[in-house]
Amino acid sequence: MSEAMRTVKFKIYRFNPEVDIKPSMKDYELTIPDKQDMMLLEAILRIKALDDSLAFRRSCREGVCGSDGMNINGRNGLACVTLLSSLKQPIELRPLPGLPVIRDLVVDMKVFFEQYAKVKPYLINNDPPPAKERLQSPAERKKLDGLYECILCACCSTSCPSFWWNPEKFIGPAGLLQAYRFIADSRDTAKVERLEGLTDPFSVFRCRGVMNCVEVCPKGLNPTRAIGHIRSELLAEGN
Amino acid sequence: MALPTYTFDAIIIGAGGAGMRAALALAESGAQVALVSKVFPTRSHTVSAQGGITCALGNVHPDDWRWHMYDTVKGSDYIGDQDSIEYMCEVGPQVVYELEHMGLPFSRLDNGRIYQRPFGGQSKDFGGDQAARTCAAADRTGHALLHTLYQRNLAEKTNVFSEWFALDLVKAADGQGFAGVIAMNIESGEAVFLHARAIIFATGGAGRIYQSTTNALINTGDGIGMAIRAGLPVQDIEMWQFHPTGIAGAGVLVTEGCRGEGGYLINKNGERFMERYAPHAKDLASRDVVARAMSLELRGGNGYDINGVSCVKLKLDHLGAELINSRLPGIRELSITFAGVDPIREPIPVVPTCHYMMGGIPTNRFGQVINVDAKGKEEVLEGLYAVGECACVSVHGANRLGGNSLLDLVVFGRAAGLDVKEKIRDLPLKSVTEAELDAAMSRLNRWDNTREGESVSQIRFEMQKTMQEDFGVFRTGEHMQQGLDKLLQLQQRLNHAAFTDHSRVFNTSRIEALELDNLMATALATAHAALYRTESRGAHSREDFPKRDDAKWLTHTVYHGEGNRMSTRAVNMKPLHVKPFEPKERVY
Amino acid sequence: MVKSATSLTGNGVRDWLWQRVSAVILAVYTLFILGFIWLTPQLDYVAWFQFFQGIWVKLFTLLAALSLLTHTWVGMWTILTDYVKSTRLRLTFEILVIIALFLYFLVAIAIVWSV
Repeated sequence: MSEAMRTVKFKIYRFNPEVDIKPSMKDYELTIPDKQDMMLLEAILRIKALDDSLAFRRSCREGVCGSDGMNINGRNGLACVTLLSSLKQPIELRPLPGLPVIRDLVVDMKVFFEQYAKVKPYLINNDPPPAKERLQSPAERKKLDGLYECILCACCSTSCPSFWWNPEKFIGPAGLLQAYRFIADSRDTAKVERLEGLTDPFSVFRCRGVMNCVEVCPKGLNPTRAIGHIRSELLAEGN
Repeated sequence: MALPTYTFDAIIIGAGGAGMRAALALAESGAQVALVSKVFPTRSHTVSAQGGITCALGNVHPDDWRWHMYDTVKGSDYIGDQDSIEYMCEVGPQVVYELEHMGLPFSRLDNGRIYQRPFGGQSKDFGGDQAARTCAAADRTGHALLHTLYQRNLAEKTNVFSEWFALDLVKAADGQGFAGVIAMNIESGEAVFLHARAIIFATGGAGRIYQSTTNALINTGDGIGMAIRAGLPVQDIEMWQFHPTGIAGAGVLVTEGCRGEGGYLINKNGERFMERYAPHAKDLASRDVVARAMSLELRGGNGYDINGVSCVKLKLDHLGAELINSRLPGIRELSITFAGVDPIREPIPVVPTCHYMMGGIPTNRFGQVINVDAKGKEEVLEGLYAVGECACVSVHGANRLGGNSLLDLVVFGRAAGLDVKEKIRDLPLKSVTEAELDAAMSRLNRWDNTREGESVSQIRFEMQKTMQEDFGVFRTGEHMQQGLDKLLQLQQRLNHAAFTDHSRVFNTSRIEALELDNLMATALATAHAALYRTESRGAHSREDFPKRDDAKWLTHTVYHGEGNRMSTRAVNMKPLHVKPFEPKERVY
Repeated sequence: MVKSATSLTGNGVRDWLWQRVSAVILAVYTLFILGFIWLTPQLDYVAWFQFFQGIWVKLFTLLAALSLLTHTWVGMWTILTDYVKSTRLRLTFEILVIIALFLYFLVAIAIVWSV
């Protein structure tokens, strides 16, 4: 019994700095069983089996490691949790916008991670720790929900116009989400210093509420709301 | 060819939970440390761990680390080293409190203490009632732990070599141990020699030797491959855990915490079949027990058929939306994405799926690698360490308990880091010869100089298929021998395989080729060891030898790459502070 | 913390606040003028002239002009720092904006006080 097959069409951004002067879009076709749906990442892996020069990042293939963020038909997302059937053909794949391209779908995330590091994304509490755990009520812990789950895939920041224009100065939605994750943590004692570090006109206030970040976040997080909270805290602190 | 050389006091290969915890232990030492990782640290596979980290905090009920130790020894089917298990269980609470102090966002009990949930194989009072011992951050504990460790490393300004791939160990000029590793900057494609006094392997597992696995695509046994090529032994490598609940078809993990929270497995008749196989612990029996029961149900024709895949189902809908949303939100998300099923309304289709490598590079409880020569003589290799899944310290023996892997990572990552910190001034920077550097580069040169040959993906596919068919939940000598023969042929073919793209910059095909060498080495070691152990113990279940044979096999197996030789090594039955736990029949 | 010498106050919170306060003033002023138009039966030169004779109207108008200045500067500065990456070119534009705003303000004073 031969299975009915279908062809899926792709257009993929290709750029290898060793041989290409400028990037181009390359067409690919993949034949898969008619009835079978699959994640986009699986399809790209199959394309790579046919053309091993295609470069992209991938790791967990289940949407928790944040490796395979890319621009899929004009919208940032993770290839591993995007179903082929949800996409219009030809499926256009490009690297995340606004960051330098190293090769094909691989971008240089240096500036993204620098902005993350800038918010001091770690608990600060110089009181001597107790012998056991620091206590935190379920209500206090609940404030971290929707914040700590970030996977640093950069889908949000690279869909944000403010981040495109000022990647060195505007912290961007991913970094600000983490900034608020520590501001909101009842165990952290550096709230005032954290807020003072965010008072300039760029770090937080470049957010114009476009909400692309909320629209694309593969984990369903809401950086815009976190930024709003930071703004309220800044006003309350009277900076 | 003169290789650029970077010199450090210590290098850590791998930035998952174990590698990053080791780096933190070294942070205050003032030593020059390089943390080398082939992916950005938070992409490491620790991020996928869900259910939690087990230790006797006693937050839900009175608890004792000795009870945890008893469960772990029993879970290991008595071939876990009792000195290591004792150390892990005893120091566990302190290490978990440290994580909490670092900021890990654990879920909380009403009194503000860390939330603990029941997990498989846990008991109170040495085999009594079900315990609740697994500390959790919802069902994203691995993510929370890995990010916390990365964040702490940021604070400590750890020197991270992100997206650098380790190729091979470089032997010291005097033949005594190792002087460093060759590593490649993936972005530029250039190889360098990392010269160091101490080397810590934290390279993780190798679940990608199987076709269906919960493991990330990066879990390619790089440390195992490097160790075998360097002439080091690997231990108990036949012991592969099949997790009962991988999503059918996708292989994505569904945490044991689901059953800990009250979920259970059903067959196509709607029967809660674990009641027949483990009347006491039921769905919270040890993983090997549950995986075997599921396989028997499927064999007996009691499985559901979902698009041609035979599976059982994990029922959660009776738990209610509120519990699922607060305790298992990530599972709900994965289930909707990968199975098209909302567990609030419908059960999730699941099958036993390759999950964890209990075996690995043998070490003592400080993480120091132990070399075992042909005559069985043991020697501790000063300056070389292995921690986490790539190591066999051995706390998991023949079967790991849920929640013990995250604990293993942080306990022994920390232990190795502290040991290096203490000894770093006494460890010599060993000299190397050009010949040894060339030897360590030979593999890369072989790939780079082969322009035509069979594709890497084809050989990888056949290897995974062989492992899946012949080295699964149930094993027989006949099938394993066929599988081994196939693997040996594949290994020959791999020697002549090639990739077509020979560019340098971010060439992931080149990396995949190098990874396949490591996968193949791990698969071969597994096959040899699995044939060697002629009994059933823990995860190693042979139909031709269905009984546990303590007279002959209450022992570690050791695989030596040279000549594919096997030997045995005594299990440590001498804990330091408690009486040893003697082998008993293992029932749940 | 990013340094910025040319922003209104050099501080994001205050810039943000000024932009919003000035917006509120402009909104109220707009309503005020619309109210006048709505409530005046015969809207001719005389009506406008008499309306602007009032000292409070003059002061409110000047306040609105100041608010417009503030609002425009914060907005223009943001736009320029977003899109104009050459510092020299951006400074040139910024100076032109400042000169224009200053002139507009002078004109506003002249008009209001000529009444």
